[in-house]
Amino acid sequence: MSVMAPTTGHESEAAETHEQRAFGFWLYLMGDAVIFALLFATYVIMVNNTAGGPAGKALFSLPNAAIETALLLVSSTTFGFASLCSKTGNRGGVLAWLLLTFVLGAGFVFLEIREFVGMIAQGAGPDRSGFLSAFFTLVGTHGVHVSMGLVWILIMSGQVMLKGLSVPVTSRLFRLGLFWHFLDIAWVGIFSIVYLPGLL
Amino acid sequence: MFGRLTIEALPLYSAIAAGGAAVTIGGALLVAIAITWLGAWRYLWTEWFTSVDHKRIGVMYIVLALIMLLRGFVDAIMMRAQQAMALNSGGYLPPEHFDQIFSSHGTIMIFFMAMPFMTGLINIVVPLQIGTRDVAFPFLNSLSLWLTAAGAGLVMVSLVIGKFSTAGWTGYPPYSGVEANPGVGVDYWIWAILISGVGSTLSGINFIVTILKRRAPGMILMRMTPFTWTALCASVLMAFAFPALTVACGLLALDRTFGMHFFTNAHGGNMMNYPNLFWIWGHPEVYILILPAFGVFSEVVATFSKKRLFGYESLVYATAAIAILSFTVWLHHFFTMGSSPNVNAFFGITTMIIAVPTGVKVFNWLLTMYRGRIDFHPSMMWTIGFMVTFVIGGMTGVLLAIPSADFLMHNTTFLVAHFHNMIIPGVLFGYLAGYMYWFPKAFGFALDRKWGLASFWCWMIGFYLAFMPLYILGFKGMPRRMEQYNDPSWQPYLMVAAVGAFVVLLGIACMVMQLYVSIRNARKTIDVSGDPFDGRTLEWATSSPPPAYNFAVLPEIRDREPFLDMKERGTAYQRPAAYQDIHMPKNSMVGVAMGAFAFAFGFAVIWHIWWLVAACGLAMWVAMIMRSSDDDSEFTISAAEVKQIEDARYRALASQAGSRS
Amino acid sequence: MEHPTSGHANTGHVNSRHGLRSYLIGFVLAVILTAVPFYVVMTHALPPQSTMVVIGVTAILQILVHLRFFLHLNFTSTPKENLLAIVFAAVLIFIMVGGSFWIMFDLHQRMAV
Repeated sequence: MSVMAPTTGHESEAAETHEQRAFGFWLYLMGDAVIFALLFATYVIMVNNTAGGPAGKALFSLPNAAIETALLLVSSTTFGFASLCSKTGNRGGVLAWLLLTFVLGAGFVFLEIREFVGMIAQGAGPDRSGFLSAFFTLVGTHGVHVSMGLVWILIMSGQVMLKGLSVPVTSRLFRLGLFWHFLDIAWVGIFSIVYLPGLL
Repeated sequence: MFGRLTIEALPLYSAIAAGGAAVTIGGALLVAIAITWLGAWRYLWTEWFTSVDHKRIGVMYIVLALIMLLRGFVDAIMMRAQQAMALNSGGYLPPEHFDQIFSSHGTIMIFFMAMPFMTGLINIVVPLQIGTRDVAFPFLNSLSLWLTAAGAGLVMVSLVIGKFSTAGWTGYPPYSGVEANPGVGVDYWIWAILISGVGSTLSGINFIVTILKRRAPGMILMRMTPFTWTALCASVLMAFAFPALTVACGLLALDRTFGMHFFTNAHGGNMMNYPNLFWIWGHPEVYILILPAFGVFSEVVATFSKKRLFGYESLVYATAAIAILSFTVWLHHFFTMGSSPNVNAFFGITTMIIAVPTGVKVFNWLLTMYRGRIDFHPSMMWTIGFMVTFVIGGMTGVLLAIPSADFLMHNTTFLVAHFHNMIIPGVLFGYLAGYMYWFPKAFGFALDRKWGLASFWCWMIGFYLAFMPLYILGFKGMPRRMEQYNDPSWQPYLMVAAVGAFVVLLGIACMVMQLYVSIRNARKTIDVSGDPFDGRTLEWATSSPPPAYNFAVLPEIRDREPFLDMKERGTAYQRPAAYQDIHMPKNSMVGVAMGAFAFAFGFAVIWHIWWLVAACGLAMWVAMIMRSSDDDSEFTISAAEVKQIEDARYRALASQAGSRS
Repeated sequence: MEHPTSGHANTGHVNSRHGLRSYLIGFVLAVILTAVPFYVVMTHALPPQSTMVVIGVTAILQILVHLRFFLHLNFTSTPKENLLAIVFAAVLIFIMVGGSFWIMFDLHQRMAV
């Protein structure tokens, strides 16, 4: 089943399956990267299309963006620690670091929702202008991805509790890790292209 | 409770529309009754719908494609009839209906005929050609199929409930925006595409991993078959281009559903960004469609010339070059939108460059045929017909690549003739060639040659009659998508074109006859050896149809034409020393369920039935979570069972050889 | 059975201290590469053009840091196909985004949209 020697035994089959799934998931992330890239491009193209409404300067908050950045960055690191525990078979460690990652990520989502609600309340919702449509869609898509990631963390925590660190479970944790780190990379793009230039 | 769905959605306002709805419902009922009468529901469910076997999934894709070919062709013939009549008259189709027809024709033919046809062929053939048991992600394969079916279902349902889009298969705003088009038509179009697009993206990923990671020992990349190479390149395009479609249609959906301003006239919308995003997907899409067709031609030309394919390496490099270049030409679809000369010139030049590798391929195919012993099997005829006709279309493409020339011909029937001249002889002939080539492998009996040849000639002659006049009309200034016109000099050409459409209809009828006759004669044409054409590649080494596991023992590959190599060495059909247990993926109903939920989700969004949107969304999540938590998705075929199956095959082979000597 | 390593085909051994160091270094670098652009923007220390350059450079560097120290992408243990995929994606993104910018800004100048 691979270009290497013919398979014998379940173990090498499992390793191959894991590798194929990891590669397949990586390809999905690349496709997701294309989606984000085009949303970024659309945002930049429309950044001045404020239609007489508010621009970034009036709406964005540097402290808020800084806290969100910190939350996500730390959560990436805590997930890394969860990955390390997964490699050494430390079930309790995995659960603890996953929980911390979840809390940090949930904090991020909470702050973002609060930001969005605030903007909408001011009349600066996604239906106000092209600029705002692009902003809400780009940042919102990222936020939706993070929320999906939070759900996934909960599911994986459940699986770790119920099934332990079996091969399929650690294989899934690995892919969740790819997803989570990818989202932090996307966020680097967001604060660099949306928030910081907007507040210049 | 039902959103904006009311009784007015039924097409009782027009006889033709009601007729279309009646045929759709009648057709569906007929099929359901037939299956019930045959008592085949359980069989279909357990052996086909819930199957994760690439061979079964491939067949189902092709069944979908052929049904949608009929549906899309009805659109074509209605349009040709209308245009033949509508000189200074309204014809028989009111403008709004005509607009829905050209929109659904394009949408169906690209998304629900060509894509599934291609995906089906790749599914059936590639795992066999690379010597593996199944694709990398068999469940995802099933999911992709049912998502595609869900999209097709939405298009079909639009015939009965509501209307389809009138914005063409490309859906440009602001016409497709909610202000100009508040009805459900554009929404049907968007969701059919978004849902099936997810299926295509997943298929692309699935095939890439399969081809890169699951080849048999010894099959280095440069020993893969040309069809597998083109499948790989097309899959890469699928995985990376479809995200752009998701963005384009997704943003349009946000505009329409949530009042956003990506592409609106006012409030800071930028509608020119839509063609930009759409065609970033759209151009690679046509290469997604054509590359596997080129792959089929490469296989067919070698087998039916009984000669090794000429210039394998140059074919591989040409394919890879086409794949990469396909991302650099997209602006040629909107030269006239107003870009400056430098921008237009750049994309015009890249468009001309991309024609070169295809030229290389044509020479390779011709040189393969040269001094070969040609067997004029229908697949070979499709190939020859393609080579002649496609080159004409390619030349008109190079002509259109000149921006200043395109300013005269953009959106005329010249353009319509050009792209049909690429898609019909290129994509469709290729997939029909593949269908007639690999049918015996998939089903174990032959497809009738005579009716296949008849079908080819009807398609060939019909194509020229239907589309050559359109080139001339384009030069005469006739725009595309016209429901009526007042220039009498156009009508003769349109009448010839209508005749052409009817000849093609004969070709389709021949295909139906071919199937009927072949099934009737199946017992007499059973293919025992699994190798009816003295094939050279690995798929012909298996029985027809192959067993569920494809190969009892994975073969060792030493040559680019492994089966021919085995036959020459005398190692073909060799009994292995021992058999082992084989792990196979279990069937799953989750793919079907997800497809059903996706269909309902799309329908609910279209009609603004928000509670149903939430329910289906949740259901899809739950199904996905349950499936991905499932650790028990395999079963084992014991070595003894494998031996039984293989022994039966060897017995059949021996008795056939015995009866021949 | 030994616990599976994260999908690297060739890493037979797992040195958890090695791994820990990777995440800690990555974290510290990322913090620095985040603080710098935020600080420059907050204090308006540089003219706008230069600030954009700082933002751009630190962003690219930080992405590379994430790829190397969090995703463990490297030229030795990462499977070839994964590297090829990300390079290909990067090239395509450059073409799609760069092309879009060229086209849309050109149109903006000529068509005033």
